[in-house]
Amino acid sequence: MDAAQLTQQMINGLTLGSLYALIAIGYTMVYGILRLINFAHGDVLMVGCYFAWFGAVQFGLPWWVALMGSMALTAALGVLIDQGAYRPLRQAPRISALITAIGVSFFLENLGLVVFGGRPKAFARPEMFNHIYQWGEVRVLSLSIWVPILTAIILAGLILFIHRTRMGMAMRALSRDLVTVQLMGIDPNRIIAATFALGSALAAAGGVLWAMKYPQINPLMGVLPGLKAFVAAVLGGIGNVTGAMLGGLLLGMAEIMLVALLPELAGYRDALAFVMLIGILIFRPTGIMGEELPE
Amino acid sequence: MPRNPHEKFGLTALLKPGGLLSPGALPPAHQTRRRDTMLTIGACLLAALGLWLLEGHASGYVVHLTCVGAIFATLAVSYNLINGVTGQFSLEPNAFVACGAYVTALLTLSPAEKEASFILEPLIWPLSAFSIPLLPALVIAGLLTALMAFLMGFPVFRVRGDYLAIVTLGFGEVIRVVANNAQSVTNGPLGLKGIPHITNLWWSWGLLAVCLFFIVRLVHSSYGRALMAIREDETAAEAMGINAFWHKMLAFTLSAFFEGVAGGLLAHLITTISPSLFTFFLTFNLLIIIVVGGLGSTTGAVLGAFLFTYGGEWLRVVEEPMQLMGLDIPGIPGMRMVIFSLILVGVMIFLRRGILGRHDFSWRWLLASLGLGRGSKA
Repeated sequence: MDAAQLTQQMINGLTLGSLYALIAIGYTMVYGILRLINFAHGDVLMVGCYFAWFGAVQFGLPWWVALMGSMALTAALGVLIDQGAYRPLRQAPRISALITAIGVSFFLENLGLVVFGGRPKAFARPEMFNHIYQWGEVRVLSLSIWVPILTAIILAGLILFIHRTRMGMAMRALSRDLVTVQLMGIDPNRIIAATFALGSALAAAGGVLWAMKYPQINPLMGVLPGLKAFVAAVLGGIGNVTGAMLGGLLLGMAEIMLVALLPELAGYRDALAFVMLIGILIFRPTGIMGEELPE
Repeated sequence: MPRNPHEKFGLTALLKPGGLLSPGALPPAHQTRRRDTMLTIGACLLAALGLWLLEGHASGYVVHLTCVGAIFATLAVSYNLINGVTGQFSLEPNAFVACGAYVTALLTLSPAEKEASFILEPLIWPLSAFSIPLLPALVIAGLLTALMAFLMGFPVFRVRGDYLAIVTLGFGEVIRVVANNAQSVTNGPLGLKGIPHITNLWWSWGLLAVCLFFIVRLVHSSYGRALMAIREDETAAEAMGINAFWHKMLAFTLSAFFEGVAGGLLAHLITTISPSLFTFFLTFNLLIIIVVGGLGSTTGAVLGAFLFTYGGEWLRVVEEPMQLMGLDIPGIPGMRMVIFSLILVGVMIFLRRGILGRHDFSWRWLLASLGLGRGSKA
């Protein structure tokens, strides 16, 4: 492979990795606080894509208005799922909440199939994402450049939010010790709801960018990105937002490089994430950035 | 842990001490063992008579459904052994069923049929040249699946709780990806066609009986009590001298064996298999079955499987157009799965212990409830 192809693949890996990172943050924040794998996260992403599709295609809104609207609606959906399905089980064994999350995931997928239909819908790329930059041999779709940039902006905002606001501080405190935080006069349910809202909004953003990259959406589109983003979160150290970004980038890069360097194994690409997951859990269960989480 | 306030509405409430269906103290098991064995043999003969009548008189559709029910019951009982009895929440049965189905099908398909099926890439040599009858094929499939579980167990049981769930889910996905890509063994996405239709009521119910025999005996042995001790508190169990790792491995490989055999029978019932059949969806269905039946209850798993099979068929009405009070209601395809997922969430929130909780059927309980038998009103 020559330098031009390598550059091109690196950019592809960066793009895919950014998308995984955006999705992984929702997992890692919820897990950090509730110790719950929110199985439905990938499907929340799917619903977010449909919101954006309705906005952009049915109502003809500009893409960024559709994206903002979708993020707001998806945040509301995340809060609704938390309050409806997970909150009654806060005191239950963790496995009960996990089973419920699997149920919610299937509910969203199948409701999506009933309401939106199983046929994929075309998701048009906005003009600014759809032209091709060329430097010498390297040809790159503008979307591939924009995705990492947009992701970086969103994540910078998120890190500022978590480290510089009272709400962010409460979130960090909650992931340390849920009981003590309540003694400090913080309402955990409000913070948990905010976490779900934030994670779901980021999932919607990731999903819409995903849909622009592979320009179609269907009700089962969230399953694989969701699972892989979870693996990315574990890879980076679950509960750690910076770790989730690193994990996402690493996973995206690894997948693209597998296909680029060993094309005969391209079919096994979807298995790579899980093989990596098993490897991490054996050799470094806390992930790259992770520290031992209190049970 | 705080009690779920909704649980007093559950069926389990009836079975609790003082509940309507609770007969109080049961006689010790060793006093009634001979009687219970006779009753079990009698029940089996009665069931065999029922199957014989069903085979002769019921429609092909009902017979097919009853076969599917028995296979799902076998799967659910095995899955419940690791998930419910041992308390290791894992999500891999689709991998084991796929393994069993592919191995059995590859062993029983005739060489001519294999040559016709594998169009893109020929089947690798030793498999392409021979075929064997179903019974040895099932045993080989079961053993291979158990071996796979054994090898999987080493990395998998290093983690607990929700990590275990996600790692086993990952294994399921890996197996599916392999089935899609290893063209020269699995025929890739095309799958295998023309598998002989051998599975009938006797095969499927026979397997269920064998599976129940082994698993119920295991659960009621000292090994079974060790498994339940691990479920309740792994650290305490280890402090009592139970080797948690090898006990989990025992439950895991045994459940994999039966899931593999059941997968083989499933392949010979539906005659066509492809990787898309063995997605996480299959695991999800089994999860609903054991959760609704009551995690940890073998009786609940069997009950759940038949409820799921027959109930699922009955629920087809919601997908067909119907007339209700003069109104035309269009059928909504896909609505069944929406209802199933709502049932799962609803059961988790309102009836967390499922229909039977952790209670299991026993003759002592039945006779005592009916006011019959030794020690009924002691």
